[in-house]
Amino acid sequence: MSTEVEVATTGIKVELPKAYDDIKDLIRIDRLPHIWCPGCGLGILLKLLARAIKNSGIPIEKHVIVTGIGCTGRIGGYLRLDAYHVTHGRAIPFAVGLKMANPELEVTVVGGDGDILAIGGNHFIHAARRNDDINVIIVNNFIYGMTGGQYSPTTPKGAKTTTSPYGHFENPFNVPLLAYAAGASYVARWSVLHQNELYQSLLEMFRVKGFAVIEVLSPCIIYTDRNAMGDAVDFMKVIKERSTIDHNANLADIDIDFSMKKIVLGNFVKRERPVSYG
Amino acid sequence: MPTVAELYKKDLDKLLKPGIHFLDGNTATAEGAVTAGCRFYAGYPITPSNEIAEYMSYRLPQVGGKFIQMEDEIASIAAVLGASAAGVKSMTATSGPGFSLMQENIGLGSMLEIPAVIVDVMRAGPSTGIPTLLGQGDILQAKYGSHGDYEIVAYLPANPQEAFDFTIKAFNTAEKYRVVAVVLSDQLVGHMYGKVRVPEFDEIEIVERPKPTVPPDQYLPYDSKYLVPPMAIAGTGYRVNNESLTHTDKGYPTTDKDASFKLVMRLVRKIRENEKEIAEWEEYLLDDAEYVIVSYGSTSGSVRRAIKVLRTQGYRVGLLRPKTAWPFPGWVVENLASRGVQKFITVEVNMGKMYHVVREFSRGVPVEHIPYAPGYIPDPDYVMSNVKKVIEG
Repeated sequence: MSTEVEVATTGIKVELPKAYDDIKDLIRIDRLPHIWCPGCGLGILLKLLARAIKNSGIPIEKHVIVTGIGCTGRIGGYLRLDAYHVTHGRAIPFAVGLKMANPELEVTVVGGDGDILAIGGNHFIHAARRNDDINVIIVNNFIYGMTGGQYSPTTPKGAKTTTSPYGHFENPFNVPLLAYAAGASYVARWSVLHQNELYQSLLEMFRVKGFAVIEVLSPCIIYTDRNAMGDAVDFMKVIKERSTIDHNANLADIDIDFSMKKIVLGNFVKRERPVSYG
Repeated sequence: MPTVAELYKKDLDKLLKPGIHFLDGNTATAEGAVTAGCRFYAGYPITPSNEIAEYMSYRLPQVGGKFIQMEDEIASIAAVLGASAAGVKSMTATSGPGFSLMQENIGLGSMLEIPAVIVDVMRAGPSTGIPTLLGQGDILQAKYGSHGDYEIVAYLPANPQEAFDFTIKAFNTAEKYRVVAVVLSDQLVGHMYGKVRVPEFDEIEIVERPKPTVPPDQYLPYDSKYLVPPMAIAGTGYRVNNESLTHTDKGYPTTDKDASFKLVMRLVRKIRENEKEIAEWEEYLLDDAEYVIVSYGSTSGSVRRAIKVLRTQGYRVGLLRPKTAWPFPGWVVENLASRGVQKFITVEVNMGKMYHVVREFSRGVPVEHIPYAPGYIPDPDYVMSNVKKVIEG
């Protein structure tokens, strides 16, 4: 049975593909179409996250999504779950409060590179240090998309953005290394192209006791356009051709630079480390 | 309304016992919070509020609560809102610089309508000011510090007894109206020791947030048919989108002008339409007063002494002491102005904050401010000589 959906903005009725039948009760179908650009990777993540939540073995009503600001911050609003769309950068401490107040909740923060690593960077490292028992999905598209394409903490040196018209001067974060060094129990990096691996990683994240971080590389046409990298599909091709999977990679050696010659993916870290607040 | 005796039956032996205690204001605040049912505290060290965090770190585990020292004040208020969203009464305490950092998330608490209590033990400013000394400069910030339109409630304790009592009131008001409630204490109140009478547990009324009475499929998280909609707790199956963006009754982001206006109207109406129920004040020797001194918090003690002496010298002065800064009992000022008061004189440790609020309601009656901001409350002599100057012109 396929599901007929009325598109909120136009009133036109469309059929949801059968492939989404398993997650249709987890998506706020009355909010479609979503706001993301054609070519954006967030739709793929939304689907995989909904599927992973459905199959997590944890009751649906115990899942809570907390998001901050930015394109990625909109993901919670499309999931038919308890979701909190909060202030820029503050999703992690809000999530920490939820989890401490009710440890039965499975709390997942989803945020972009700007939200989690710039304005929210301090909260990220301290939650990792405490090994707070929450999940953090960082959708890294290398740029601030929603505000029009300014550089972010993961924008590679040399990249052109609306605030680095002569090429970016700064060094980007190596996200898995940062998460590991700060104390996360689980650290992985995947892309929205690696759907099976990412899906498995999301399931693993729900099983992990402690601070679990998945960096998800995701195309953004705001980024690719400005840097003459073609469209989102071209970006996906680069990821497909140049990425390697190495679960045992030396994390100090997996920076992603502007050339994207080397993209290392994997489930890098899974370690037993005490959780500060059970 | 249920009482502590009914709600916290199994914890009664762990609460501060009814009767007389000798406490500092900060500890009284913390004990008031515990009595009110606070079971989560997140904070960041800052003078002169530290005793509250230290005491809560010791006290909350005894009553099954949790304490965390966060990485900054922004994280602290965010964690407080998160914990309250999960159904646990929560608070933080801070002082000026930390209170400034919390402003954005006060807006978040107002928008998501999450009950929370912030204790601001005011110190001298601006900037880092004098951490160990007193100021009363955060009065306007408490109401206007975050952007956009919203309402908060703020209490002004003047001694340890009120620090205890008003913290309980702050939790009750926060829960009843689903707002952020602030206890605007100050350094002197925080560090002052005094008698605190804890009422019998069946005399302390406790308010809890309204709960949904309909099943999840009929529940609207921001149902505009209520002034204060029932609040679904995270993890209870209501599966709600709690939206910081301007939202519809359903919690979906919107730019629709009717929905936007309706939401903002409701956020302010829930306090403005209940201001007479919430606001509290004390009148001292006002019946025949020609000159009304408006003062609050620790400063009001010095003013009270000055008034006693001025009365013996024939000056018809009295005190209006707001116990809530917000909502401000403006109608009391209006009534006094209509009755023919000669002048209002504001005495507070700042360069004029509540002064502006009194002017708003003084109906043309002159309002004069006695500026004082050296990190201390003015002594009674200073108040007397300056009040005389104002009266004699």
